[in-house]
Amino acid sequence: MTQTIKSPARPLPPEVARRTTQRAGGWRLARRLVSHGLLLTGSVAMLIPLVWMLSTSLKKSGQEWIFPPVWIPDPIWWRNYLEATDALPVPFYVYVVNTFVITFNATLGTVLTSSLAAFAFARLRFPARNFMFLLVISTMMLPGAVTLIPRFLIFRYLGWLDTFLPLIIPYWFGGTAFSIFLLRQFFMNLPRELDEAARMDGASSLQIYWQIILPLAGPALASVTIFQVWGHWNEFLDPLIYINSMEKYTIALALRTFQNIRSQRVNYLMAVSLLQVLPVLLLFFSAQKYFIRGVQLSGLSGR
Amino acid sequence: MTAITKPSRRWRRGPRWREAVDGWLFILPWLLGFLFFTAGPMLASAVMSFLEWEILTPPTWVGLANFHQLMVDPLFGLVLYNTAFYTFLGVPLYLLAALVMALLLSLPLRGIPIYRTIYFLPSLTPAVANALLWVWIFSPDFGLANYFLRLVGLPPQKWLFDIHLAKPALILMGLWGVGSQMIIFLAGLQGIPQVLYEAASIDGANEWRRFWRITLPMLSPTIFFNLVIGVIGSFQVFTTAYIATQGGPQNATLFYVLYLWRNGFDYFKMGYASALAWVLLVIVLVLTLIQFRLARRLVYYEVEEPA
Repeated sequence: MTQTIKSPARPLPPEVARRTTQRAGGWRLARRLVSHGLLLTGSVAMLIPLVWMLSTSLKKSGQEWIFPPVWIPDPIWWRNYLEATDALPVPFYVYVVNTFVITFNATLGTVLTSSLAAFAFARLRFPARNFMFLLVISTMMLPGAVTLIPRFLIFRYLGWLDTFLPLIIPYWFGGTAFSIFLLRQFFMNLPRELDEAARMDGASSLQIYWQIILPLAGPALASVTIFQVWGHWNEFLDPLIYINSMEKYTIALALRTFQNIRSQRVNYLMAVSLLQVLPVLLLFFSAQKYFIRGVQLSGLSGR
Repeated sequence: MTAITKPSRRWRRGPRWREAVDGWLFILPWLLGFLFFTAGPMLASAVMSFLEWEILTPPTWVGLANFHQLMVDPLFGLVLYNTAFYTFLGVPLYLLAALVMALLLSLPLRGIPIYRTIYFLPSLTPAVANALLWVWIFSPDFGLANYFLRLVGLPPQKWLFDIHLAKPALILMGLWGVGSQMIIFLAGLQGIPQVLYEAASIDGANEWRRFWRITLPMLSPTIFFNLVIGVIGSFQVFTTAYIATQGGPQNATLFYVLYLWRNGFDYFKMGYASALAWVLLVIVLVLTLIQFRLARRLVYYEVEEPA
């Protein structure tokens, strides 16, 4: 937990710092206590739902209906996790594998094709480049719901319904506008001399992209990758539209089914929900820096 | 000499030409995707909004009938009201909450990195798991929400089963996930040059004044960004309502995209759903334009001084 969101807390301006130290120390202490109090209260409010989820998932059936609620289950009933997933019509690992296959392929497509486009927008000169980039930006603002119905009809026409293809193939065509934008910003900041020197040595654009720019873009690629993995892992609407067979369900869809068949077993429901949350938390804690960077860069487009 | 008489051919073999070709080749995957999965479908849905098409039967041209039906559809009015309620109450609330959080989390205090992680964490929760969790929290008989009401001596509520409370409950649920907006605000706050604060302190501006005169104007582009993205996202709320309430009780949480989804995939009214989609696009576009108009007066953009 110590390796948390990094960014130095802003130091007080020297003038203010001096003045505050001159003032009564009690006032300063009170302010700090109030700030900590507020932050702590907020933290508790933020954590309680997650704790409640975990607590419910570990309650032996029957205990979840005790009111006022018991916070620490007695006994701690780990077996819920096994029994809950047994209650699903298809072994849980199938959903995990399905979600993984979709996430992996869609993310790979996004990283490859959006970095290609981002490279062109950042480092190649071609006619209508700015206009094209404007198109990319404008699709970021487009409500996805507008294309919902025709996209469905296109994939139906192609015979792709009830396959993973509608969830993967679009990402092999430029990925998402946001990832193009994020990568372009990063590529723009790499020194131009790299390309020029390579071109003097007779390197092609593809070689510059693959051998020079991509290896330097690790952090940006990591941000895009993590963002995509997170997005596809959570995605609900698209799988809901395109996947019908239970054995092709993603975790999100399986949870939905589980809600229907097991709504009376809330301890099981919380257990399977946590199974969707846990990998996300793992991902976050193993790559926090890139996660935060991705979110922050998304905000910079507003500047 | 040939260079002068045939400049175009010369240019074509030159490095600039090759770079231009490469540029277009590199954006080609995106361009194809844009044409097939975005622009094409948009045009298609524009055409389809003039059709009556129930997927299994051949489409028939009905002109403006779908749009006319929209105007007399009592559910459509309700759907607009629900979505507007959710957006105009939720988005400002989220902005304010995220801003206050970010201001607190940029104080020079011990443990700030841990606080930041805690505040950000809930926004990572996948939408489906999130909705299931909050259905349980809002459970009228055994839920946490009523437990806390009881602790402070208030009567229990029906929350998601209450026609008046269902939307506010969903907004409350969204409040838990403002961490990502908070992170964007934090980045904005860190981008404000320290010298401004120093100069203001020397001029004797107190903290309150510094907030209104420096922090807020300098942060206005970030606020604007969060606002625009927030409104667009809020108008498309789907998963929470689909999982938590299925649009109920009595359609109190029937939001725009949920209604569109039902028309398309439950009733197979492809034409009507497309009309809904285009009206949504127009609404979102108009709202975004209004915000951009307001931004011209209210958002402060730094202009690079000529050196």
